[in-house]
Amino acid sequence: MKAKQRGIICEISGGLGLQNKFMSMGIYKGREIIKISHIGLRGPVAIKVGRSVLVLGHSVANKIVVEGQ
Amino acid sequence: MIKKIFLVGNPNVGKSVVFSRLTGVRVISSNYAGTTVEIMRGFLKLGNQEVEVVDLPGTYSLEPASKSEEVAVSLLNECPKDEMAVINIVDSTNLERNLYLTLQLLEAGLPVVVSLNMCDEAKHHGVSLETDKLEKILGIPVIPTCAITGLGIKLLLERINETKPVLRHQFSHRQRWQEIGSIIEQVQHLTHRHHTLREILEDASVRPFSGALIGIGVILVSFQVVRFIGENLINRIADPIFLNFYQPLLVKLSSFLGEESFIHHLVIGDLINGRIDFKQSLGLLTTAPYIEFAMVLPYIISFYFVLGLVEDIGILPRLAMLLDNLLHHLGLHGFAIIPVLLGLGCNVPGILATRNLESRRERFIAATLISIGVPCVALQAMIFGLLGRFSGFYVSGVYLVLLAIWLVLGIILNHTVKGYSPELLVEIPPFRLPSLATLWHKLFLRIKGFLIEAAPLVLLGVLAVNVLLYFKLFDLFTGIFAPVVRGLFGLPKEAVVSLVMGLFRKDVAVGMLIPLALSAKQSFIAAVLLAISFPCVATFIVFFKELGLKDLIKASLIMFFVALVTGSLLNFAIR
Repeated sequence: MKAKQRGIICEISGGLGLQNKFMSMGIYKGREIIKISHIGLRGPVAIKVGRSVLVLGHSVANKIVVEGQ
Repeated sequence: MIKKIFLVGNPNVGKSVVFSRLTGVRVISSNYAGTTVEIMRGFLKLGNQEVEVVDLPGTYSLEPASKSEEVAVSLLNECPKDEMAVINIVDSTNLERNLYLTLQLLEAGLPVVVSLNMCDEAKHHGVSLETDKLEKILGIPVIPTCAITGLGIKLLLERINETKPVLRHQFSHRQRWQEIGSIIEQVQHLTHRHHTLREILEDASVRPFSGALIGIGVILVSFQVVRFIGENLINRIADPIFLNFYQPLLVKLSSFLGEESFIHHLVIGDLINGRIDFKQSLGLLTTAPYIEFAMVLPYIISFYFVLGLVEDIGILPRLAMLLDNLLHHLGLHGFAIIPVLLGLGCNVPGILATRNLESRRERFIAATLISIGVPCVALQAMIFGLLGRFSGFYVSGVYLVLLAIWLVLGIILNHTVKGYSPELLVEIPPFRLPSLATLWHKLFLRIKGFLIEAAPLVLLGVLAVNVLLYFKLFDLFTGIFAPVVRGLFGLPKEAVVSLVMGLFRKDVAVGMLIPLALSAKQSFIAAVLLAISFPCVATFIVFFKELGLKDLIKASLIMFFVALVTGSLLNFAIR
């Protein structure tokens, strides 16, 4: 996913704890997100979900599969 | 009858500000998630009854993900439902995300009042909310508030008795979000606005290049401002007061007591060339207050002023993102930069703030790196005093050596400490204009904390040194350690006293080096060694409380080893 691109989450992998945390922060299957930026090749990713900006570590971000628009 | 009120809400919605408003208890609040790591309690009068108010650490849901959230949830479950009320503090600018927790609270059958906080900011963001409609949908009182100015707080308390548990359908996670979606459609209206300068800055701050530029800029400017304010407070206020008003009094006292008496030695200390020297006399009324108020306090004030600004604007979580990559090599993630920066003020709150890190391994690495590689303001102020007379080169040298130790030790710990390090997952708050009142309260609280914590220790430290010097008891153990200190570190044997003192209180320890008239190289090595060892007795205590005896011993052994290696390396490398 490139910066400034919109997408819809189509899959989230990872343990139950992480899934729950994602869920409570509004990251769930079918949700639209916008990628804002990423730092470096294997660095954190900033995304916009609803009205909040979240930063995810690289391997956490990897667990979210997004379908671009 | 309500006996307890719980403040519950997402991170960084202003729970602590509401708490201060309700109870009058001042607590520290900032613009980042996780400022409050302890559960705060206070009291307020409701009618004519005393009610306990409990400020819980921020949480996104009632399914706890970290230690502090777990405690919060269990406290909620323990209290009988007819004796409690929950004030659910909600960020009006981001109702959607906040409602998830609200629905969970309602589903759990808790009596809830919603405080739509930061309603003034929502207006600026072009968000308008229909409070009445929301109240009808949820079936509980909903009150717009602005905790910083106090708007709506009174109404909140007036209506808290109206609330009662509402029967709600138990949703699955997905259904809850669907429900929220439909609520939002009904109550929230957005007016479209053009991008403001702030939004452009917010955007730039999370992009790689512009973000790094902003981050480095903020850090450099902060350091300069801290130094500028600190130096001016010393030169224009503290020093003149001590020299022009305080010294004449002491001179009278000195001649009254007579130079030879034990009491004179105790309160005034030794006269240097027949005069009182605030830095060298080592008396309870001379050196002790001078170190505390004229050398350290000015920097405490300037540091915490600047830190408060940086915190409230919302820069720290952005630094966390920028430094995430680097900190991964040290077994940490970006958020660990926040405890580290707090540690630059005082290691104690720094180590407490490691509670925001999820795993034990991360907490151990962060706490160890803070204790060893992060000098507190008191120590830094004294290092300026000690090394400033040689050249700025030595002062920056200390920082460079510490940074190198910090990186090398972090990489080693990352490869040796067992356990897992979780990943960064944090919300970036909007930039906010700091409120002067909040800034001032925070500064006041932190200075008060410093004085209460440090003043008795400094006094005790100076007293101990003074008495030991008088009875010449130091010679005993200077003899034992002298070979190490002289042979490996190239320091005179008297420096042993200061190094040992350093485990108790750093500012006193550096103060004791000043009378020794060390060379530039010796001062530099001594300063580095003191910076490496744990800042003070209080740090030992928190470390023990937070991580236990085993980890404290591990960290202390690491510290001794690092000090030994660094001291000898510097001694043989510098000529």
